[in-house]
Amino acid sequence: MEWAFFILFGGVMLIASVLVITRRNVVHAALYLLLTLFCAAALYVMLEAEFLAAIQVLIYAGAIMMLYVFVIMLINVRESMAERQWHRQKVAAAVIGVLLAVELLAIFAKGIVAPSAKTAEAAKSVLNAYGGNTEAFGATLYTQFLFPFEAASLLLLAAMIGAIVMAKRNIE
Amino acid sequence: MWIETVFAVIKIAVVWGIVSLVVAYMTYMERKVIGHMQVRLGPMRVGPHGLLQPIADGLKLFLKEDIIPREADKGVFLIAPLLALIPAFIVYSVIPFSEGFSIANLNIGLLFIVGVSSLGIFGVVMAGWASGSKYSMLGAFRSAAQMISYEIFLGFALIGPLMVAGTLNMKGIVEGQQEIWYIVYQPLAFVLFFIAGLAETNRVPFDLPEAETELVAGFHTEYSGMKFAFFFMAEYANMLIICSVAAVVFFGGYLGPIIPGAHWFIIKVLLGMFFMMWLRATLPRFRYDQLMRLGWKIMFPLALANIFATGLLMYLI
Repeated sequence: MEWAFFILFGGVMLIASVLVITRRNVVHAALYLLLTLFCAAALYVMLEAEFLAAIQVLIYAGAIMMLYVFVIMLINVRESMAERQWHRQKVAAAVIGVLLAVELLAIFAKGIVAPSAKTAEAAKSVLNAYGGNTEAFGATLYTQFLFPFEAASLLLLAAMIGAIVMAKRNIE
Repeated sequence: MWIETVFAVIKIAVVWGIVSLVVAYMTYMERKVIGHMQVRLGPMRVGPHGLLQPIADGLKLFLKEDIIPREADKGVFLIAPLLALIPAFIVYSVIPFSEGFSIANLNIGLLFIVGVSSLGIFGVVMAGWASGSKYSMLGAFRSAAQMISYEIFLGFALIGPLMVAGTLNMKGIVEGQQEIWYIVYQPLAFVLFFIAGLAETNRVPFDLPEAETELVAGFHTEYSGMKFAFFFMAEYANMLIICSVAAVVFFGGYLGPIIPGAHWFIIKVLLGMFFMMWLRATLPRFRYDQLMRLGWKIMFPLALANIFATGLLMYLI
């Protein structure tokens, strides 16, 4: 049963993500990206990471994709469809793609060959200690991973201030 | 396991069937309520006191010609009504209708509702874009900007009561209100939530995406027949969701004395719906800049202040 759902969501996700980069119409590409993100959320649910799944839908699929779509809608689709789809970066793209694929495969191989029972055990004990997925997420984020969390917050704050400054300068 | 699955499917079918019927009759209620507020009778012809009007409307829309404009992006044009309707219906799976009845009792119930209902906006925006018409496009832009802003306040307004409840589980939130409803602790959060809910469902005074005096009918100008009916149903289903969430989070959901829990839940939701219709009969539409100013300059600071004050009080007490 679980396998069937995994293949369903994984398959849809793969097909949709290929369609994201091959569609000429940007709005169609955005819709396929939405489907991809949604399938990722479904996979999170199957891994019992409900909180992460909800955040994935709320932030990525709901908010960020909406901003993308908002910007994309301003583009003249007919004109953009006449643009060339492929650029002269095939070689560089291929090299980077292969490197990333190798890295990804290496990570997967490590996970499959040595099914990290230790990590799974640790994760389960954290879950039991805090009594739920959401609670465990919050607790570890503010204790074990406090520094990366704060660093990311600071980075986002800096980006936000930068965006406001740039927007303000244009108005004045 | 198969029996469980079949049982779950039956439950889903029952809930969706009831919700569709209730949504149809909400249109009747709206016409009657606004009619009487304007000293009219509302629908009276079909059945006693016009009681069969929603069914006649449904049949009429079902038989109408289905028009796809020449300029439309066909695929997206066809999908958009479903994108609006399906999230609105999925959300009902986590709402506790009574002590023993809800389709699923998720840990992350409230987050699930906020997340899934935020997807419904894609239906509206895609409909506006795919129609290939200027009025629809303007409606889509307005709704995109409006919904991005007010979704944030919707979420932020719910954080206060969540801190008091200490759980995202819908049933847990209801059970936490055995002694006192959260509206007593969080009156400001309720006001913010309700205003944001009105904006999210495109209701008066925030119905700018479909402002008929300026944009014909906004994002669904080019839609006819059943596809138009889907948008209509999605709007009313979303209104019901906002009222249900308000009932669960602020008014103790199915809790109440004497009569069974489900009745209390229905009464609370219907009062919320009546209030929304009342507002429609009372208030004029906001101007667009007023809408944005209200959202970002008044509601957003208030929502943050509410979270801060709640946190401070919980820390001190």
